[in-house]
Amino acid sequence: MTEPAGTTATDPGDVPVQLLAPDGRRVDHPDFAFTGTDAEIAAHLRDMVLTRRIDTEATALQRKGELGLWPPLLGQEAAQIGSARATRDPDLVVPSYREHGVAWCLGVDPIDLLGTFRGTDMVDWPSRPDGFHLYSFVIGTQTLHGVGMAMALQREHRVGNDDAAANGAVVVYFGDGATSQGDVNEAFVFAASANAPVVFFCQNNQYAISEPTSLQSRIPLYRRAAGFGFPGVRVDGNDVLAVQAVTTWALERARRGGGPVLVEAFTYRMGAHTTSDDPSKYRTRDEEGEWGARDPIARVKAYLLSVGAIDQAWLDDLAAESEALAERLRAGCLALPEPLLADQWSNVYATTPDRLVRQREEYLAYEASFAEEAR
Amino acid sequence: MSTMTMAKALNAGLRRALADDPKVLLAGEDIGRLGGVFRITEGLQAEFGEDRVIDSPLGEAGIVGTAVGLALRGFRPVVEIQFDGFVYPAFDQIVSQVSRMRFRSHGRLGVPMVVRIPYGGGIGAIEHHSESPEAYFAHTPGLKVVTPSNPLDAYWMIQQAVADDDPVIFFEPKRRYHEKGEVDVEAEPLPLYSARVVTPGTDATLLTYGPMVRTCVQAAVAAAEEGRSLEVVDLRSLSPLDDEAVFASVRRTGRAVVVHEAVGTLGLGAELAARIQQECFYELQAPVLRVTGYDLPYPPSRVEDGYLPDLDRVLDAVDRSLAH
Repeated sequence: MTEPAGTTATDPGDVPVQLLAPDGRRVDHPDFAFTGTDAEIAAHLRDMVLTRRIDTEATALQRKGELGLWPPLLGQEAAQIGSARATRDPDLVVPSYREHGVAWCLGVDPIDLLGTFRGTDMVDWPSRPDGFHLYSFVIGTQTLHGVGMAMALQREHRVGNDDAAANGAVVVYFGDGATSQGDVNEAFVFAASANAPVVFFCQNNQYAISEPTSLQSRIPLYRRAAGFGFPGVRVDGNDVLAVQAVTTWALERARRGGGPVLVEAFTYRMGAHTTSDDPSKYRTRDEEGEWGARDPIARVKAYLLSVGAIDQAWLDDLAAESEALAERLRAGCLALPEPLLADQWSNVYATTPDRLVRQREEYLAYEASFAEEAR
Repeated sequence: MSTMTMAKALNAGLRRALADDPKVLLAGEDIGRLGGVFRITEGLQAEFGEDRVIDSPLGEAGIVGTAVGLALRGFRPVVEIQFDGFVYPAFDQIVSQVSRMRFRSHGRLGVPMVVRIPYGGGIGAIEHHSESPEAYFAHTPGLKVVTPSNPLDAYWMIQQAVADDDPVIFFEPKRRYHEKGEVDVEAEPLPLYSARVVTPGTDATLLTYGPMVRTCVQAAVAAAEEGRSLEVVDLRSLSPLDDEAVFASVRRTGRAVVVHEAVGTLGLGAELAARIQQECFYELQAPVLRVTGYDLPYPPSRVEDGYLPDLDRVLDAVDRSLAH
């Protein structure tokens, strides 16, 4: 007896959509095209370089003991910049916890990202109060929130209007490991059921800490979408042009009322899962070298230099801007205000119940008793 | 003033909440066309449309998780969990997300959601359909937990819960769904987070809530025939607890017996006993006693009558309290 279809067959879609080869050549694809200018590509390069600088600086701050933890995005800059630059108002963006590049594109001050990792804060982005939801640390939990927001957009009549500019959609980020979570699978079911305007953007960076994607799935992740009844597309996640083209298509489709899409950005976590992780225990130097040759930044730089859109002076200016940004991040990190335990009672409820008010007073009295003893 | 069952009172309360605020949405399994397995939402989808009364796919985490997204956009979702024992797939969303969104966002984001859960035993149900999981939620900062015991409270409390800017876990005593009571839809309701003295008394206080209120009132009637005056306090809110109402009653009577269906260990009775001994130590004439479900998984329904606190077990505890 032969195997049923869909379990062993390969599919043309398994080959990721690519528009910019690792050596910097533009390549054509039958279904997707990047229609932006070289100036826009240069802007993407700037975003990617600055994002990587933020990331390496945050890693360094952890190494110096200034952050308790940092989840680096190193290697995923194209997936994040390309997808984030496909969004526009009134789209809503729901991150996981590694979307520092998305945050950058949406105008979040990178210093805002540090508080939760320094232990001075929970998670909040005073610099971007709307449109970019909080980081979530429970794997996959945010996909359901994203679907709910998309259901809200439907009820706000922001989907399928003749006036395309009035339409919005949600893009929700998660990783390859999250695809095994019940919440993510329920998010797929609920989104399909409601035909909700949501783009599920999965950065398949090949590892859930130490576990390879092959442990999560027997088929390419993008193909999971077919079982839920909506399209899935695998894109070269290290190709910022392809990522933007595919995400733009998916978002436009969702905004028009076409329903959900799963985008699998095939990429690589060049760094560790977090600063507490040691990838040498579960992957080889050879593999890291192979992916290093597909660096998302190098190919954009090579392309722009080859067509003369940028030159060394432009790159030097960008390097100087990067260093200034890193310095601002360092200073901003050290200047983050120390939290007070006494303030933590304030936002548990909209109106603090009497018992919590009394508990806080007891805490303050207890603390004050030491000051009196010292006198 | 009209007479109606708790089921009808909840239906009327939800209808009024939907009519009063266009941001109120209902979601859950079978709540639309069917009107819910207990018919609490009967007729509401026909009246308010499929966009506001949503038949959800069968996923409790999905129901609550998508309601988080809706709430973050300014809607006020009221979700139905079909039975108490089915809330656990949504437990992570409720405890890790719903309860702390306000805290993690410096108060900027709230989740004004109501999670309705029919709960408790006494209806001869199969496994997972008779649970009393209220303590898990009362244990969680950021959640409020309430439970009506009668049609009047049900009518008002569901509306008050919907109007609250914090998430409210709303436990409905399913075995009392079809008991009737007077409902005055014009009356000024009690504040949501306040207890009520249902039966005044002087010899001992019965502290209870939800399905056990009726049982305790019956116990008080029986005790009165023997010349004992029991005060029955319906807690109504399990988080926050109306401490002052509890302490005031216990100070009057000097004796307290807590009655609930949920297992005793680390239940509401444990918390109440701790608070009472701390605040009313010198007024107490006897230790605080508890009459609860035994520390077992909910047993087969043919023995649930023995498992659940009933009039005799309550009176037995009262006897022991008064014997001190």
